[in-house]
Amino acid sequence: MKKQVFDINYDDCVVDVQNVYKSFGERDILKGVDLKLYNGENLVVLGRSGTGKSVLIKLISGLLKPDSGEIDVLGERVNDLDDRELQKLRLRIGFSFQNSALYDSMTVRENLEFPLVRNKRNLSRAEIDKAVESVLEGVGLSYAINQMPSELSGGQRKRIGIARTLILQPDIMMYDEPTAGLDPLTCLEINELINQVQEQYKTSSIVITHDLACAKMVGDRIVMLLDGKFEREGSFDKIFDTEDERVRPFYDYNFIV
Amino acid sequence: MRNKFENLLIEFARIHRFNVRFFKELFTPPYEVKEIIRQCYEIGWKSFPLISLTGFIVGFVFTKQSRPSLEEFGAASMLPALISIAIVRALAPLVTALIASGKVGSQIGAELSSMNVTEQIDAMEVSGTNPYKYLIVSRVIATTFMIPVLTFYVAGIGLFGGYLSIISKDQLSMLSFFTQVFESIKFIDLFAMVFRSIVFGFTIGMVSCYVGYFSSKGTEGVGKAANSAVVASMFIVFIEELLIVQIMALLS
Ligand SMILES: Nc1ncnc2c1ncn2[C@@H]1O[C@H](COP(=O)(O)OP(=O)(O)OP(=O)(O)O)[C@@H](O)[C@H]1O
Ligand SMILES: [Mg+2]
Repeated sequence: MKKQVFDINYDDCVVDVQNVYKSFGERDILKGVDLKLYNGENLVVLGRSGTGKSVLIKLISGLLKPDSGEIDVLGERVNDLDDRELQKLRLRIGFSFQNSALYDSMTVRENLEFPLVRNKRNLSRAEIDKAVESVLEGVGLSYAINQMPSELSGGQRKRIGIARTLILQPDIMMYDEPTAGLDPLTCLEINELINQVQEQYKTSSIVITHDLACAKMVGDRIVMLLDGKFEREGSFDKIFDTEDERVRPFYDYNFIV
Repeated sequence: MRNKFENLLIEFARIHRFNVRFFKELFTPPYEVKEIIRQCYEIGWKSFPLISLTGFIVGFVFTKQSRPSLEEFGAASMLPALISIAIVRALAPLVTALIASGKVGSQIGAELSSMNVTEQIDAMEVSGTNPYKYLIVSRVIATTFMIPVLTFYVAGIGLFGGYLSIISKDQLSMLSFFTQVFESIKFIDLFAMVFRSIVFGFTIGMVSCYVGYFSSKGTEGVGKAANSAVVASMFIVFIEELLIVQIMALLS
């Protein structure tokens, strides 16, 4: 179980999603989603494949636009921002993609310095190198600095992806299935990394996962996306204290079988 | 039926917006100078070996094949004039554009669509980089600039191929060959060549980027994008060639 975190401020809501609808063509994916992320907490989002979890965080970071509803991030209304303002806001949001999304044509070093070089043009070479080395050490992959993404394993890519978002020291982190497809030891490392990021960088995070061990280890609060809405919310034990047959299998699969 | 028509209109609107956005982003800072230079290198420099070979062969073969018909009229001495006009007016821009559609088009299509499929474009966007500017504008500028350069080069090497073909049969000094060449090319021909190759370069860049940027998700999208980048840019290049020839005929 996760150790108690005391720095969460439940009066300060950094992401506020209100009654958001999103559909693709004829298919309604999100049907009135409400979600609050409080300053300093790790919020775990559970839900079946295809329920729109990735869509939700893409909406929050402005990669997709909602059909209706409002999304406020760090006090700004995402839908109303123009390109330049959105770009500025995004620097405060870290986004770790489901499949890492490393730039194939660049080395690990170039991947990591890309956000820095492009956004903080007045940094010196030495400062950039130092930042790259320090985040890389944070994810325990200093030796990989000159490798290409294609030479890395899935778990290493995941960690590089997280490091790349940390380099801008974001206020909000979004992890899309950080442990999917990894062995238990690497999962543990990633979970510890997520908690370490929360502590060290004082970030608020949304963690999307199917992995209940991960949910239990990193989540301060858990929500569950069912049929396009968040219907269940609370601590790990509270979420699964139900006979709802849409919820039970998540738990049963992981712990009984 | 109706649905297909609607989809076509939506596609046209998207293409239109894609083009408008290019010119908007082209003139707003920051300018991606470093990336543009890198793309010029990738697109232009790396095509040199292939394009040298093709240009040379086209010039050589064209001259060899034209010779018998000219000899029939006893006009073999007209060969330099004939090939220089043929190369500058038609062959060089077209051959360069077609080779570039194949090589550069498929490269851009595959590159961008695989970035799209693996969410690298999204990743760029969330890390505060404008992917349209960084990926598209730089590539289109590079093709628009490098295809004319390559066209001049192809014209040169094609003429050289023609010269070698001529001296395999006749005595002709390089100097008098090129004197005849420059006497038969008019300024308007050169202008038309540059104009054409700029249009072709822009087309190849724009079409391939569009196809790659909006490729369908999934790995089969990458192959499809590479393929349709080549097919579509070749097709449009031919249509443009047809139009330009008509317009030039009207003008002169
Ligand atoms: N850009 C898009 N265009 C069309 N449909 C989309 C798009 N993005 C997502 N979808 C659809 O929305 C649905 C939800 O997708 P999403 O990726 O959010 O699922 P998810 O909850 O993250 O699932 P998983 O756990 O498998 O990652 C999917 O059925 C997908 O087909
Ligand atoms: Mg997903």
